[in-house]
Amino acid sequence: MIRVEKRPQPSQFWSAATPVVAVLATMVAGGLLFAVLGKDPLLAIKTIFWDPLFGEFSFYYRPQLLIKGAPLILIAIGLSLGFRAGIWNIGAEGQYIIGALVGAGIGLAFYPLEAWYIFPLMVLGGAFGGWAWGMIPAVLKVRFGTNEILVSLMLVYVAEQFLASMALGLMRNPDGMGFPGSRNLQQYGSAYNAELIAGSGMHWGVLSAFLAVIFAYILLNRHMLGYHIRLTGEAPRAARFAGVNPARLILFCLGTSGALAGLAGLFEVAGPAGQVTIDFNVGYGFTAIIVAFLGRLHPIGILLAGFLMALTYIGGEIAQSQLGLPAAAIQVFQGMLLFFLLAFDLLTNFRIRLARGEVA
Amino acid sequence: MTQTLLSINGLTKAYPGVVANDDVSFDIGVGEVHALLGENGAGKSTLVKMIYGLVKPDAGTMTLRSQPFAPPEPRSARADGIAMVFQHFSLFEALNVAENVALGMENPPPMRDLARRIREVSETYGLPLDPYRVVGDLSAGERQRVEIIRCLLQDPKLLIMDEPTSVLTPQEVEILFETLRKLSAEGTAILYISHKLEEIRALCDAATILRLGKVVGSCIPRDTTARDMAEMMVGSSLKTPEPSNRTLGDVALDITGLSVASPSEFGTSLKNIHLTLQQGEVLGIGGVAGNGQDELLAALSGEIRSAPDAIKLNGAPIGHLGPNPRRALGLLAAPEERLGHAAAPDMSLTENALLTGSVRKGLASNGFLKWGATQEFAEAIIKAFDVRTPGPANAARSLSGGNLQKFVIGREVLQDPKVLVVNQPTWGVDAAAAAAIRQAILDLAGGGAAVLVISQDLDELMEISGRFAALNEGRLSDIRPTDTLTVEEIGLMMGGAHGMEVAHV
Repeated sequence: MIRVEKRPQPSQFWSAATPVVAVLATMVAGGLLFAVLGKDPLLAIKTIFWDPLFGEFSFYYRPQLLIKGAPLILIAIGLSLGFRAGIWNIGAEGQYIIGALVGAGIGLAFYPLEAWYIFPLMVLGGAFGGWAWGMIPAVLKVRFGTNEILVSLMLVYVAEQFLASMALGLMRNPDGMGFPGSRNLQQYGSAYNAELIAGSGMHWGVLSAFLAVIFAYILLNRHMLGYHIRLTGEAPRAARFAGVNPARLILFCLGTSGALAGLAGLFEVAGPAGQVTIDFNVGYGFTAIIVAFLGRLHPIGILLAGFLMALTYIGGEIAQSQLGLPAAAIQVFQGMLLFFLLAFDLLTNFRIRLARGEVA
Repeated sequence: MTQTLLSINGLTKAYPGVVANDDVSFDIGVGEVHALLGENGAGKSTLVKMIYGLVKPDAGTMTLRSQPFAPPEPRSARADGIAMVFQHFSLFEALNVAENVALGMENPPPMRDLARRIREVSETYGLPLDPYRVVGDLSAGERQRVEIIRCLLQDPKLLIMDEPTSVLTPQEVEILFETLRKLSAEGTAILYISHKLEEIRALCDAATILRLGKVVGSCIPRDTTARDMAEMMVGSSLKTPEPSNRTLGDVALDITGLSVASPSEFGTSLKNIHLTLQQGEVLGIGGVAGNGQDELLAALSGEIRSAPDAIKLNGAPIGHLGPNPRRALGLLAAPEERLGHAAAPDMSLTENALLTGSVRKGLASNGFLKWGATQEFAEAIIKAFDVRTPGPANAARSLSGGNLQKFVIGREVLQDPKVLVVNQPTWGVDAAAAAAIRQAILDLAGGGAAVLVISQDLDELMEISGRFAALNEGRLSDIRPTDTLTVEEIGLMMGGAHGMEVAHV
């Protein structure tokens, strides 16, 4: 009989190895899935993982990796702070939308004025919008003990309605001949989140993502606040004993993750997306939850996981267009990744033994 | 007592990395009260689990009334007349006594008959219990009675009791012993597990002593001193903690009219507590578990706030302060629950040293952590308190209970407290570690600090404290010098017998 036994302390080896094993297992199970769908599994895996990086058109896909990875990393870093402390912000998608709306709103309000301070103001506005949207579940939790999972998730749908109303009403392009959607910020120099080096995909959002990784790393490993975050997640009673104020921690974690998600939204709307449209959000806020866990809630891990996830997005699109794989199959593939990660995670804290059956 | 009821021959049980029982043999006679004595981890629990059919031995045999006996599961052990009262009760609080008893039976009779039988048994054995009372309203002593009656209804030949007195006042213990003596006189054998030596001397006919899974001796408890038994249990001679010269100084801690509500729904609120604690003094606070001990610690550590003037440290009001400002002023605390409260299980010892040490040891500047200094602090604790661990990078949960407790107490002691509050400092700790911890507390007081020891171990409190008080339902009794106290007085301070009475017949 197989028995699962708790390790005396977490295994360092498995803590690092599980993401790799999970990716390999996803490739195997995903390959089987693609084979059942009648596609060549090896070709499909190669299309997803190899072509965007080293294939014929990789000059186009590599910048895409930064563009898609950056918002995931930025949001996931914020979420991981809360997740470490047992504070579950599931509504990053909503904070992302509100951040984009506030930031874009500031830009559009100045149109057509050209001035250096417009983009910095938009950045502040984006962070503020996300922060404010994140503070709603935070304040409700601190004040009334509501569940932040439910409140933050439901606020996503509120934000989506808000986005639709803005795209169709207040922010609609007056020169757009009645089509929904705002002016294109890519054509408004002072508000455009342009690439820092042309053709590299490197825009301000990518830079912010890298800064966020460094900031989070220092916070968690070198600062008292980060220590309190980890302590609260691992042993809430011990955290209280150590003098942690739980309410302040909730406000900080939800506020910070909201602000980072709002930043991601602003950089997206002012850069790669360009305009506020009804379907502006593409689920980065939800995918970032996977990224956070895939990266083991560790800043460096999240950096790698963000790019891995971006890779499956881009590779998945290639596989869709070139091999005719259904979009749902790609989503299942991404879901498998999280599933296997959580499953293999068991090995960090437990070991598996073959032993005779026994009731003990 | 001439006839052998249960004979155990060479029982062996190994778990990965540890031999829990190694070639254990002894006999229990009919009607004998047999003590099983040993430190935590000596293998007492594994042994009784094998007798009760919860664990299968790797080797060895048992015979019950000369018949081979190898219960595959507790049900068949019960069918053969073995009953067990566990240390932790398995009762449903929302159900009444009779319903709880019925749940443990194979074929429960109609509720009315069962209630009548419960009344009969409870009156015969001096365990008064109303079968229709809801268990949630019962005291710990009364809940234990439900468990005992549940066993007695099976008409057992062997009753196993695992640390039954840890939740009882001295008066309640005496009542329990009357019941057990009566059962024994009627021919029921009792296997009594405990590490409280005086109890065993008062109750038991024979004792088997286990150490590290092996039988290291047996004795007739009545004819053996507690010290000799303790030394057999530990395997070395014990050093009794020695109080250093006590010269009491100024009042260090002054609690006046402290009343706080418990943060937990099932907790006990503190009601109008008064006490003063002088420099160089050890004050012991006894009481049955759940009478406000956790709340008192939390109110002093700063986890629960109170009116500023309710708690004064060296004359300054601190009731409104949180844990870290209190630490800065010199009031330190060590909670009862090691894993999850005093220490974070999955964090390293270095990280756990930071948990309470950051303020007084200056382990952070401007919020940035000094890991080097923190590791030195952790190493200093490990060295000074002989904590057995490969190093400060190991997780707290990898340490044994005794070693972690030494770490937790050492962490506070090495911060040079003005006032130290500890809750259950030696709970679940082996005798050698317990002696070291008590010595550290006495040395601390000898150095001029004031120490408040909350404990359920009365022997411990009598040994180390100069004055004693008891918590009962959130109220603190009068504070009395320990050298003039009798056991009866202590029992009354702890709330007496909670309405129990002695066996009639």
